Amino acid sequence: MPEPIGLAAFDLSCQRGSSVIFRDLSFRLAPGEALLVSGPNGAGKTSLLRQIAGLLPLAAGRLHLEGAPPDAVLPEFCHYVGHANAVKSSLSVSENLTFWANFLEANGASLTRALAAFGLTPLADLPAGLLSAGQKRKLALSRLFAAPRPIWLLDEPQTSLDIASVKLLDTAIKEHLETGGIAIVASHTSLKTKFAHKLELDRERVT
Amino acid sequence: MSAALALLKRDVTLSWREGGAVGTALGFYLVVVAITPLGLGPDLNLLARIAPGILWIALLLAALLSADRIFHNDYEDGALDGLITGPLPLPLVAAIKCLAHWLTTGVPLALLAPVLGLLLNLPIGTSPSLVLAMLAGTPAVSFIAGIGASLTLGLRRSGLLLALVVLPLYVPVLIFGVSAVTPFVSGPNSAWPPFLILCALSLAAIVLAPLAAAAALRTALR
Repeated sequence: MPEPIGLAAFDLSCQRGSSVIFRDLSFRLAPGEALLVSGPNGAGKTSLLRQIAGLLPLAAGRLHLEGAPPDAVLPEFCHYVGHANAVKSSLSVSENLTFWANFLEANGASLTRALAAFGLTPLADLPAGLLSAGQKRKLALSRLFAAPRPIWLLDEPQTSLDIASVKLLDTAIKEHLETGGIAIVASHTSLKTKFAHKLELDRERVT
Repeated sequence: MSAALALLKRDVTLSWREGGAVGTALGFYLVVVAITPLGLGPDLNLLARIAPGILWIALLLAALLSADRIFHNDYEDGALDGLITGPLPLPLVAAIKCLAHWLTTGVPLALLAPVLGLLLNLPIGTSPSLVLAMLAGTPAVSFIAGIGASLTLGLRRSGLLLALVVLPLYVPVLIFGVSAVTPFVSGPNSAWPPFLILCALSLAAIVLAPLAAAAALRTALR
């Protein structure tokens, strides 16, 4: 893990089509802090995460990496795990993870560790197409360990996970925060993670 | 560099394993060329004269069959999000995916062409020029298909629209591709000028198409 970095957002706005989803969102996360984004469906939780990951343009405002070199690009510090799992059915579990580790140019990441993080080691050689929905989810989350990056953007990470796996996820986020990482989680249901900040998105407030 | 290689390796592996890409294109190519003589009758001179054109047109159609796979699967399963947050600039990602399409579709089709030429009474002596012309022209085919694939991303039944968008752009490739083969069939004229223009078309497509595809991908993800 490189030196710890912080993330600050100033007056973010998001516009989809002609409607404003949210405006004037500001937050500041120091290394080791987590942010819980909550709100009703359509409040813009996913949009916010995608904006931070650089997948959606900012309608207004700006994002700032604190403590990173001046030429740093924010998306390259982020892991975005969204609704889709990005799992290739015809590759095996370990091939899926190896690809992400190589593509994201992970230095020193261990495939064994990534497989073990969510208990996928026994399934390593199985084609990912044979996995259940929950196992695919775990494979998607294992990507967080295949290539360490300081900012985790998790969109409903516990979808289709069983209770034991949610505990693993809790532990994973906790360890990530302890090593100076940042986690931004969009979620309805409660995780045990201690969130330093909470952001309640509410569409009514905007209009 | 390792990121680029990892992506290329993954895309090539996926095409081979999923069968649908390589096998379908080759099978389609074979069937289209095989039924052409049945439609035209057994006039061997006629077949030999139009063989390069038929081989090229069938190749373009066969390559289009798998074109929507260039970006569609990664878009559907969310892998595109991960690719964008990776260390490679998006045009380079698009270029590598088009290159993988060329390796798994363009090259096998070009190598199969002289065999299918036999079905059309194409003189064996023209086979080297045919393969060379197709190897030089198919990069343009794959990279231009990448533009169409990214433009039609996220649409249902995008295959037909993709063909409508892309086929007109193939006209220069088709014209010079056929004339790079024809002189060997019909006379002593040199095939060099059309061959070199074909190379130029491919080089231009390799440089420009990824930029267009990247812009279309960004729009598709919004």
